[in-house]
Amino acid sequence: MRDSVTSSDAAIHLDRVSKVFGKLGTEAAYCAVDGLDLDVRPGQMLAILGKTGCGKSTIFNMIAGLTEPSSGTVRVSGRDPFAEFDWFRGRIAIVFQNDRLLPWRSALQNVELGLEMLEVPAAERRTTAQLWLTRLGLGGHEADFPHALSGGMRQRVSIARAFATNANILLCDEPFSALDESTARRLRAEFVRLVKENGKTAVFITHSISEALEIGDRIVVLKRPAMIAYDVSFDIGTAAEERELIRSRIGDVLAA
Amino acid sequence: MSESVPRSGASRLANHLLAAAKRFGLSVLPFVVVILVWQFASLFFPRFLFPSLIDVFWRCLQIFSDGSMFADVLATIFRILAGLAGAFVIGGLLALLMVYSRAVDRFLSPILTLFQGIPALSWVVFAIIWFHGVEFRIFFIMVMTTLPAFTFQVLGALRAMSRDLMEMVFSFRPTRLKLFRVMIAPAILPDILTAWKVNLGNASRVVVVAELVGATGGVGYQLLQQQQLFDMAGALAWTLQLVFFVLIAQSALTLIETTVFRYRAVSERGI
Repeated sequence: MRDSVTSSDAAIHLDRVSKVFGKLGTEAAYCAVDGLDLDVRPGQMLAILGKTGCGKSTIFNMIAGLTEPSSGTVRVSGRDPFAEFDWFRGRIAIVFQNDRLLPWRSALQNVELGLEMLEVPAAERRTTAQLWLTRLGLGGHEADFPHALSGGMRQRVSIARAFATNANILLCDEPFSALDESTARRLRAEFVRLVKENGKTAVFITHSISEALEIGDRIVVLKRPAMIAYDVSFDIGTAAEERELIRSRIGDVLAA
Repeated sequence: MSESVPRSGASRLANHLLAAAKRFGLSVLPFVVVILVWQFASLFFPRFLFPSLIDVFWRCLQIFSDGSMFADVLATIFRILAGLAGAFVIGGLLALLMVYSRAVDRFLSPILTLFQGIPALSWVVFAIIWFHGVEFRIFFIMVMTTLPAFTFQVLGALRAMSRDLMEMVFSFRPTRLKLFRVMIAPAILPDILTAWKVNLGNASRVVVVAELVGATGGVGYQLLQQQQLFDMAGALAWTLQLVFFVLIAQSALTLIETTVFRYRAVSERGI
């Protein structure tokens, strides 16, 4: 079941990537990621699973180009996301753990944010943002400011904001963890549908086994310091018994 | 039942109006008390100590209607606004540099703190010794006395910006200009308006001191004339010109706040 992707056709390619925080060689130095190899093929939905502090967010930030690796190579669509930061404008979109909406902007203006960076004309920007808000069930809330929306609605706005730029790579850092289970389940299903419909490559960070099984078509379990302890691929046709086996195996790996 | 609805609506409106009138009354009450006490004192003290407020009112009217007198008021207002604008621009740039570079911060912070300890009157003396032009002297004094406060307030606002929101905006790869427009400017605007409100009061006090010593026109200069004539009604009338300006400017800033910051959630329970 181990996924086999060659680095040349990978949408995301990590080659012996390490990240050390603090000054190397000192006691304060902390190794968050140690020699990680990982490839994600185009269109794949990869769920990265691991306990708190195992380096998930560090990997996420390196793929996003927000953090520079201490050693090794990170490539997204064949380019370095940190060094060629601007090239990825409109090519990578992120959904964060909390909604991170700008409080001084209405829901519509928040969704327009990424499109503004891409210099999309105002009228087109507005139409696209409106379309995504409607698709996420927020029609009629365009003019509402974030404080007037519920947690679930705010996270929908942040998902709409990520999708509106039509980026090929979607990075999601536990986007539903702050929501109640029924809202989270509904949004997860919506999210998976949109990712599949739009042919995105998605990396989804989570610490919930159920969420990983619901979302991913591949799951990577990380152990500290960010080493792959288990890597499994499956699809919609995977039998329920087999899924239960995967769940049980992931549980064992995490407990070990 | 059907009749009770409009009646309760009318009673709600009446309650609302009553509450508004009460609020207005309470905000006006301190001023009414001060006016009454002053007017009462004017009955028992000589005119040069406590002139009647009716006299003061007529003097105010005279200042408003006389072109050359009103030009003095406008000159002072212009000096306040120019000084504040200068201090805000320089302070804003210094704050940006201090956020950008720790070395600049370490270098400038002690200097600005030192400036904060220098009295306004000392800056007046320095300006008279160093410079010749009256307007430049006053501009210099205004800038030097309000610069540290503006710099520290903008610096505080820049440092208090949400790291999460900054990271989110960064994830869209903005240009520097766009980052400033969509994130930095709106995030620090509330603190900037507060800084303007605080410094407006300070500046209106400092400008009078600056004009007392160096100027040949303006409210400070006119106050000096009233002091030499022992004309308390005139001194009060000229002082009130500045008070009116500060009140109008503060109201304008408050109006901007309520319009621009309408996105803020309002809790039904106050602090």
